[in-house]
Amino acid sequence: MDRIAARPRIATVWLGGCSGCHMSFLDLDERLITLAEKAEICASPLTDIKGFPPVDVTLVEGAVANSEHLEHIQHIRQHTKYLVAFGDCAVTGNVTAMRNLFSVDDVLNRAYQETASPVVGVPSGNHVVPKLLDRVRPVHEVVKVDYFLPGCPPHADEIFAFVAGLLDGNPPRSDGRRFG
Amino acid sequence: MSKRLMIEPVTRVEGHAKISIYVDDAGEVQSAQFHVLEFRGFEKFAEGRPFHEMPGLMSRICGICPVSHVLASAKAGDQLLGVEVPSPAVKQRRLVNLAQLLQSHALSFFHLSSPDLLLGMDAPPEERNLFGLIEREPEFIRSGIRLRQFGQRIIELCGGKRIHPSWGAPGGVTQVLVSEQRDEIASWLPEAYRTVTSALERMKRLTESFPAEIAAMGAFPTLFLGTVNEDGSAEYYDGHIRIVDSEGNTVADKLDPHRYHSYLGEASEEWSFVKFPYYKPMGYPTGKYRVGPLARLNVADRMSTPLANRELREFKQLSVGAVCESFYYHQARLIEMLHAVEMIEELVADPELLSPHVRAKAGLNRYEGVGSCEAPRGTLFHHYQVDHGGLMTKVNLLIATSQNNLAMNEAVEQAARRFVSPGNLTEGMLNRVEAAIRCFDPCLSCSTHAIGQMPLRIEVRDRSGRLLEQVARG
Repeated sequence: MDRIAARPRIATVWLGGCSGCHMSFLDLDERLITLAEKAEICASPLTDIKGFPPVDVTLVEGAVANSEHLEHIQHIRQHTKYLVAFGDCAVTGNVTAMRNLFSVDDVLNRAYQETASPVVGVPSGNHVVPKLLDRVRPVHEVVKVDYFLPGCPPHADEIFAFVAGLLDGNPPRSDGRRFG
Repeated sequence: MSKRLMIEPVTRVEGHAKISIYVDDAGEVQSAQFHVLEFRGFEKFAEGRPFHEMPGLMSRICGICPVSHVLASAKAGDQLLGVEVPSPAVKQRRLVNLAQLLQSHALSFFHLSSPDLLLGMDAPPEERNLFGLIEREPEFIRSGIRLRQFGQRIIELCGGKRIHPSWGAPGGVTQVLVSEQRDEIASWLPEAYRTVTSALERMKRLTESFPAEIAAMGAFPTLFLGTVNEDGSAEYYDGHIRIVDSEGNTVADKLDPHRYHSYLGEASEEWSFVKFPYYKPMGYPTGKYRVGPLARLNVADRMSTPLANRELREFKQLSVGAVCESFYYHQARLIEMLHAVEMIEELVADPELLSPHVRAKAGLNRYEGVGSCEAPRGTLFHHYQVDHGGLMTKVNLLIATSQNNLAMNEAVEQAARRFVSPGNLTEGMLNRVEAAIRCFDPCLSCSTHAIGQMPLRIEVRDRSGRLLEQVARG
């Protein structure tokens, strides 16, 4: 198992989800200050670091729902020691995957053609917005996941126990625990 | 042939977005667009499900303002039942709605925007964030973290969970508040007052350092839309819709939120997953309007609480008509936080809040309902139609942030024209374009967030969008 650096780098990313898992991360409250002493929070929606430097741990919120998610999660996997499926959408697809019961066209028609006026255009895969995948997938269907942290969202206490354990060299046992 | 600068991803906003800045052959900024990249399709996959399930499901639209979606959904459900919600339940709903306003505004101000305001727009990007502030302004940021915690704790005490509480339901709420919980809420109030008043004073002083940003980060005339009470005071849970213009004239008043579709339309464009709502009588895209804290203070005659009302009077002195500079969203947000703390104090002092009569029960009595409330970012509408068995047949959601979409696009373009010199790019220039967006605090709700491979890509495309050239800049 790879060793975590002395001042570990943590990234958090958002794929197809509601941001609730990130909000639960912020629910660490003053423990955020403790965490900032132990680790560097780099690429994250909370910072302005736009690239994705190599990191020790990445918490991935959300399911893989569009073409950009697919590219990004593969890039992230290559640059991350421990990749964590963070919350139910990442673990199982959850609410984000509920659209799998319908075709992409049906879902887009309902959201734009049938409710908007005027319909100047319908966003679906062009040079500025990504293409929706036919099927929303949990993260482990696309890349190898090292840990699963379920919950909608995971409770802040669990997030802290998990991250602090990982940083202190006591990662939770992952064998025999698999979600999704 | 125009060039396109892209800022991707836009950071320190709640969601996944990017910005295109189009540059002409002379090297001048021609136009800019704000693209929202998330899409999940709630309108479709809610179909066929029971309406009682909606508060729990719709909550998952957004982890930042789940309470707003729970409330709008429960209120649409109230109409389907055709019942009057018991007064103690209304009070608890109001309390939790204000708690969410407080935590969400605290997130926007302390966690996301104060790095720009306190460290400066040109501060090194690796420090210009919450964690940089923990080193530079530890007490300020700790107070902000605790203010957000206060809001979240109220939601947890009432709803059993901070995010996605299973609490709001058609006809009322599912849990009774007990005196120990109420007392804990009350015990936080003195600290909350101190934090909000000191942040508000600091923001007012900081404003003097940002004349260029005030003038060019979304400063233009639009309509403003928000909810008010009968007496014209700002309202967050119930009430009617008022629309004012940039000169402060009332354009429409006493509009029924249930009939939103008669005066608000939504357009769609291929370059953003968020639709473009507009005021129907003025057409698309002329009927541009803003919602949220700035709009609410512009439409309201007064605040119903004394400290916030005093601040509102001072705020209104900023302009003869409506305050049109989007930079003032920050100050408006702080005034609303002060109002929320005062209202929470008022509500917890009311013994009726502890009454166990929190839910009216009935079967399905109507087949269509609209629920609306003021979410932290603006007016929110949930519109449901159900069949005879109470299964959803049609859903339309008019989300607060989308109603600022036309204005956010204009703000991005204005900031790009004013601050960006394409031949001589600096990171601070681009950060100002993003900061224009942060004024609106968009919740690209329920969003996705991408990691750009490069800090900035410059793409040259022809009119059809075909990629002709790509240059990477660090």
